[in-house]
Amino acid sequence: MSDSVLAFNSIAFHYQTGKKKEAVSIFDGIDFRVNDGEFVSIIGPSGSGKSTIFRLVTGLENPAAGEIFLNGKKTENRLGQVGYMPQQDLLMPWRTIKENAVLPLEIKGMKKAEAESRVLQLLDDFGLKGVEDKYPGDLSGGMRQRVSFLRSILSGSNILLLDEPFSALDAITRLSMQEWLLAQWQKWKKTILFITHDVDEALFLSDRIFVLTGRPNHQLTEVTVPLGRPRTVRDLSRPEVVTLKEQLIDQLRSKELS
Amino acid sequence: MRKLHSYLLSSSLVLVLLVIWEIGAWSYGKSFILPTPSEIAVKLWELREVLIFEHLPATLLIIVIGLAISIIVGFGLAIWMNVSRIAEKAFYPIIISSQTIPIIALAPIFVLWFGYSIWSKVVVTVLITFFPITVSAFDGLRSSDKDLKELMLTMGASKKDLFLKLDVPSAMPSIFSGLKVAVTMSVIGAAIGEWLGAQAGLGYFSRRMMTQFDGAAVFAPIVLLSAVGILLFLLVTVIEKIVLRWRKQV
Ligand SMILES: Nc1ncnc2c1ncn2[C@@H]1O[C@H](COP(=O)(O)OP(=O)(O)O)[C@@H](O)[C@H]1O
Ligand SMILES: [Mg+2]
Repeated sequence: MSDSVLAFNSIAFHYQTGKKKEAVSIFDGIDFRVNDGEFVSIIGPSGSGKSTIFRLVTGLENPAAGEIFLNGKKTENRLGQVGYMPQQDLLMPWRTIKENAVLPLEIKGMKKAEAESRVLQLLDDFGLKGVEDKYPGDLSGGMRQRVSFLRSILSGSNILLLDEPFSALDAITRLSMQEWLLAQWQKWKKTILFITHDVDEALFLSDRIFVLTGRPNHQLTEVTVPLGRPRTVRDLSRPEVVTLKEQLIDQLRSKELS
Repeated sequence: MRKLHSYLLSSSLVLVLLVIWEIGAWSYGKSFILPTPSEIAVKLWELREVLIFEHLPATLLIIVIGLAISIIVGFGLAIWMNVSRIAEKAFYPIIISSQTIPIIALAPIFVLWFGYSIWSKVVVTVLITFFPITVSAFDGLRSSDKDLKELMLTMGASKKDLFLKLDVPSAMPSIFSGLKVAVTMSVIGAAIGEWLGAQAGLGYFSRRMMTQFDGAAVFAPIVLLSAVGILLFLLVTVIEKIVLRWRKQV
């Protein structure tokens, strides 16, 4: 376990909903580990609890039973410990690009001048040079996602959680964002957990894929992607990858029906 | 272009109404009851020095003090209700129901309490402007995005961070809407206050002219009052444009 930066040990979790506080069980004792520097995708039918995993990791929710380990340590108070990039870019419309990116540093209490100079250096790497004083409303969807990603990196954590970041982008932008994300992942040597409902996207990006098996989840299915790196989109048409893709789609489809 | 067009429409409508008024009042022929717009304009010019240097400052002082008190107390209450559920439950219903009290009918009582000093007029102004300011600030503070709040929590944000970096900026559009209503109503509040009794002020002057059957002189300070209202409104709009410059002007 020394290598795992994130571990769930028999995690049980339920939401309390409605007036009567009925418990809706989402997880019923699941386990997984994510190793340092790994890229892991989570797929599953919608409503199966993918985002709930992130809410547990970030500390927005706490498990009813079980333990969560961050960087080998059992961590009860996880708020402020992992970088999280939500599904919508969630940039503050009243802040400029630079001010948006600076937010996590500001919250950590870094001096304004120091924080801004750090951000300005990075904006260039993120293909955001020249837009630092624009507002989010002036940027394209792809650019806003890059700002959101930069912001999650600036949280300073080695673990990044990305919740369907590219689902709102058109196919071409999405492909270039995927390639860009892989380049950034390798450059920053982060551990990434990535939620998607697109099986191709999961296969193209990840080392391993976790499949959620519908509510309540007793266990995750884990799949290792049989591809080395660097990859190209063409690798996705290799026979072993195509077989795996069909298996995964069958698995998701049977869950959706039940 | 479209903006220019809409100004053109409203100003030509005003012009048409003024012409109708002019003709109507002229044929009616009792200018102590209904003066023509041109008579009012002439009167305004004749009285310019008394109105602008004597009565306008008195009214402006009431408006400024009244608005300042409303803003301080209103924002304070809004913030308090935002952080405390108990404060919300205690004050919100009172604030809403206070609006059903006919303030104009109550106004003579303030004279009883505060005499003919400036404070009886300030109280009327505060009571009228306090509501839009408090409610818009409170609703604005509550309008902040829940997902953004959770995102900030995952960054380790404190309550103070959430308030200053999320709630307050989210409240700004709503606060400016409330301020626009409040500044126009402050003019009404000050004028009503002055009717009750004062030694100076545009509302007081208008009222005094009424007893002298000088119709044009009743209307002249009212023109000035509404000009003050429009100017205050424009001032708030300009500040809003600067503070909310991230909003696209369409
Ligand atoms: N805050 C919440 N309160 C109650 N139920 C919730 C809450 N968030 C999510 N759920 C429910 O939990 C289930 C899993 O949600 P989620 O993790 O968002 O699914 P996914 O991301 O896989 O689409 C859904 O059925 C959803 O309706
Ligand atoms: Mg989700």
